[in-house]
Amino acid sequence: MNSKYEIVIGLEVHVQLTTASKIFCGCSTRFGASPNSQTCPVCLGLPGALPVLNRRAVEMAIMAGLATRCTIAERSVFARKNYFYPDLPKGYQISQFELPVCVHGRLEIETEGGGKKSVGITRIHMEEDAGKLLHPDSPAAGSVSYVDLNRACTPLLEVVSEPDMRSSDEAVAYLKKLHQIVVYLGVCDGNMEEGSFRCDANVSIRPWGQKEFGTRAEIKNVNSFRFVKQAIDYEVERQAELIEEGGKVVQETRLFDPNTGMTRSMRGKEEAHDYRYFPDPDLVPLVISPEWVEQVRLGLPELPEAKIERFVGEYALPRYDAEVLSADRALADYFEAAVAAGANPKAGSNWVMGEVTRALNAEGIDIERSPVSPQMLAGMLRRIDDGTISGKIAKTVFDEMWKSGKEADAIIEEKGLKQVTDTGAIEAVIDEILAANPGQVEEYRSGKEKVFGFFVGQVMKASKGKANPAAVNELLKKKLNM
Amino acid sequence: MKIGRAEVEHVARLARLALDEEELDALTAQMDAILGYVDQLGNLNTEGIVPTAHAVPMENAFRPDEVLVGLGEEKALQNAPAAEGPCFRVPKVIE
Repeated sequence: MNSKYEIVIGLEVHVQLTTASKIFCGCSTRFGASPNSQTCPVCLGLPGALPVLNRRAVEMAIMAGLATRCTIAERSVFARKNYFYPDLPKGYQISQFELPVCVHGRLEIETEGGGKKSVGITRIHMEEDAGKLLHPDSPAAGSVSYVDLNRACTPLLEVVSEPDMRSSDEAVAYLKKLHQIVVYLGVCDGNMEEGSFRCDANVSIRPWGQKEFGTRAEIKNVNSFRFVKQAIDYEVERQAELIEEGGKVVQETRLFDPNTGMTRSMRGKEEAHDYRYFPDPDLVPLVISPEWVEQVRLGLPELPEAKIERFVGEYALPRYDAEVLSADRALADYFEAAVAAGANPKAGSNWVMGEVTRALNAEGIDIERSPVSPQMLAGMLRRIDDGTISGKIAKTVFDEMWKSGKEADAIIEEKGLKQVTDTGAIEAVIDEILAANPGQVEEYRSGKEKVFGFFVGQVMKASKGKANPAAVNELLKKKLNM
Repeated sequence: MKIGRAEVEHVARLARLALDEEELDALTAQMDAILGYVDQLGNLNTEGIVPTAHAVPMENAFRPDEVLVGLGEEKALQNAPAAEGPCFRVPKVIE
């Protein structure tokens, strides 16, 4: 990275909302349907069809605005953004321009140095998505593209940040934070591969100390956190080299190519960037009363930051645990359900972050589909607490619960995994071991206390791991010191 | 002059209209006259009046988030100038 220049980054994020129907018509927003099967006169842009705003989409916009500490505009207006492109049937996109639904928010991010930084959010506006273009690879298809309008008119929020970020790491931290919030709120499924959360990055550089921003390039549609970092790093290098060689950065749109790790100019699309925005006469102004905002505020789920604090306070968890569990709302819910079912919080946390997560990752499934329910986990932890099984045997029980879907108690019973706490039984085993190893007994008694471990191992082995370790220790000591 | 010929040409290009010299001249004059006429509104005192795009003071026309049956792909494609399979077909768009 060239250290002569300061990096300035602003991000525009498109968040696809999880409404069942589109923003201005009743067509389904389901992903992956057969092309053009989810269309109607409104989203096809047929003459005379009139858009009507989806109320749920407005509520989701308010939720996102509140969660990012925006002011919710009392009055906002939909506008037409005019341009021609085959994925845009009406010849304009319905968006918001002068009066967006949310303004002046901010997000707290953590910087590389571990400090906190506030990134300003300029605005959040509502708009409709365009359709999808398909480009056949086969030469037989000729010079054509195909248009699928299922996605046309799908509700989006565009979240525009201030140019407050100063490194690609900060940009990624901001994106991850925003991603986490919209997924937590349930307003977005967060699926970046399917395009539910897409990012355009405005990148410029300037000599340290210079007040004015440098000329920026806009990098389009970077669809993973890793690519955002790559694209920004590449772009910064490119601009620095350009300036070093005496050239000038041109304001333009660039496309990131994940195969080469480079950005390239999209000048072709630049020509007609004169959108002639004007208020859409088909849609009346959106007026959001303070009462409506309050109602939405009351229905907001707990957000990650608040959850972390609560987990630390209420369950006395280490901050690290609270952060890991809270990173994913479903994981946090799972943990809390286990605690509610009687699990000790710290033990529950260890198991959720450890075995549960490991097993989920190994099978590549979400926690919602975990074959071991929070109640089952709590049931097993109870048996560790009351000494029925040891922590080591618990791993076997867990794996078995995972495979069979049976409760811990049933597995312990069936497989005979119950810890032997009956001192008589353990004593009998110890007597056998001691009798079989007189040499080691002699060593121990002459002061070589290290041999103790050997006896513990032998007893545990003989009991197939079921002997209560504490009882074994105690009884062994007693017998050896006789 | 409210609007010049260059601007009319620019707007025509944005609207994908191919106009010949004569049409450009005629339209420049007409658009200039229209804008001059509308400009009379500038004489009104509009202080404290919120701009609106509607003659009727109405707000918040909503629909509930309910899925309705659409046209289906066959009808959707019925009037398409070109279609192939379930898709509209257009000349190749370069990304």
